[in-house]
Amino acid sequence: MPVYLRRRLVNYIVIALSVAATGFGLLWLALVLSTLLVNGIAAIGLPLFTQMTPPPGSSGGLLNAIAGSLAMTAIATAIGTPTGILAGTFLAEYARQSRFGEVVRFVNDILLSAPSIIVGLFVYQVMVVRIGHFSAWAGAVALAIIVVPVVVRTTEDMLRLVPDTLREAAVALGAPKWKVIVMVAYRAAIQGMLTGVLLAVARISGETAPLLFTALNNQFWSNDLNAPMANLPVVIFQFAMSPYADWQTLAWGGALLITTAILVLNITARTLAAWSSFKQ
Amino acid sequence: MTSPLAQPRSQTRPSGSSGDEIPARPPYRSASDPRIATLRPLAEGQGATASVATSPALPTKVEIRNINFFYGKAQALKDISLPLYDRRVTAFIGPSGCGKSTLLRILNRIYELYPGQVATGEVLLDGEDILAPGLDLNRLRAKIGMVFQKPTPFPMSIRDNIAFGIRLYESLPPPELDERIESALRRAALWDEVKDKLRQSGLSLSGGQQQRLCIARAIAIKPEVLLLDEPASALDPISTQRIEELIAELKADYCIALVTHNMQQAARSSDYTAFLYLGELIEFDETERIFTHPKLRRTEDYITGRFG
Repeated sequence: MPVYLRRRLVNYIVIALSVAATGFGLLWLALVLSTLLVNGIAAIGLPLFTQMTPPPGSSGGLLNAIAGSLAMTAIATAIGTPTGILAGTFLAEYARQSRFGEVVRFVNDILLSAPSIIVGLFVYQVMVVRIGHFSAWAGAVALAIIVVPVVVRTTEDMLRLVPDTLREAAVALGAPKWKVIVMVAYRAAIQGMLTGVLLAVARISGETAPLLFTALNNQFWSNDLNAPMANLPVVIFQFAMSPYADWQTLAWGGALLITTAILVLNITARTLAAWSSFKQ
Repeated sequence: MTSPLAQPRSQTRPSGSSGDEIPARPPYRSASDPRIATLRPLAEGQGATASVATSPALPTKVEIRNINFFYGKAQALKDISLPLYDRRVTAFIGPSGCGKSTLLRILNRIYELYPGQVATGEVLLDGEDILAPGLDLNRLRAKIGMVFQKPTPFPMSIRDNIAFGIRLYESLPPPELDERIESALRRAALWDEVKDKLRQSGLSLSGGQQQRLCIARAIAIKPEVLLLDEPASALDPISTQRIEELIAELKADYCIALVTHNMQQAARSSDYTAFLYLGELIEFDETERIFTHPKLRRTEDYITGRFG
């Protein structure tokens, strides 16, 4: 009996420690989110979405920053997704065993974990310095470079989960390889691949460092992709560091906005993933 | 040739090749028995193919000639030669790893999907060597359908699963396509179960239904040969029975090669049986003879469950 008593005691202690550790982690998350909510909610209102970023001391909104973020995220996704999906397809379907494929996979993993400020510096050096000024294009390219490795990785992983027997079955019917990939493998992996794209979008929508060196910021509305463009992360950075109360409130509002958007993207991604695993 | 099972030891090989006589020894042989490792393949005209020539002449659909197969450096098949007759079921039996699935995968050259796998020899389909370089593989695979061990419905509707194969070769107007889909499903004994849910995912069907869907998909493109790689091994007994009934029906129109681990299934479903062991064709004959009067001791040991 004492043996069982001891085991039960040890069990309780370990459970208590685990729960405490989990609670410790969650506590900070809860604190961050609640601070964000308390401070940000004051800024949420119609003007936030309809007015431009104001000069210090006057009221305004974040319309130009929201629009700039959406535009650059959309362009980056449009550049990065096809590139990433094609490269991921190459790794999973054509270069699975090859030495070259292994090198590409390794390099991609390095790019995946590269600090985003380095991506920003790279684009600054390659585009901004050569062209001579900051631009929305440079911002979008920097974000696209962050999208690519995420999409490559998820695409390859999802395609590798498609059983070989499914490909064999399609090949045995006489289907050419591209039809096997497009009509069978993609169909089997599509939810996972979409999830990867959404996660990549969520990742870039909060990136600040690459934009600081590329798109910089713009106090006004801009339709010119060749000119600097306002965007939420840099505006938050600038406004939060400022001594003006109006700007600080707007920064909180922008932070809450981004967080909510990322939360929604993540929930969508999870729902898609759950739906796909349920279907199979 | 016809010595009863009760006295297998009195049996001798027709020609006296050395090292392969049936010795008077305890019936059990383990795979580690060194004598098994030194087995020689049957020489031409000896044993297997020779005796079949005496049975009523059947059109040979596929002639497998001196096939060797390598996974990298490991040889998986050694000098296999046997015929597959038209409108007959030929079963490949043998313990795991004996090469029976490998042999099947040569017949539609699906092994070529993987680098490092090489086949030498000839496989004649209606007299044409399908291992010849430059052969149109998609055309070959249109003639030789295959069904796998695990059901492999594509992640699309039941209807699209069948239409997928048809669309590779023909662009039919919708009414004709529907007709072809219906007749394939009827042929695979699945129509009555799925006719009201053709738009549902093929993955929503039960395992046995999925396997019949795969058979329907294979026959929808009108092949001449059907390769069945343990088609019932993942199914319950009732589904297995339906697949076996289906095989019996389909053999009226196709040349069928059936890989199976299940001795009873081979005995019930096939007309000819090839027994493979360690990459060699040990014995090939009419199924009835293999299961009642096998010529070789190893065949008898395997089918009676003494090893393997």
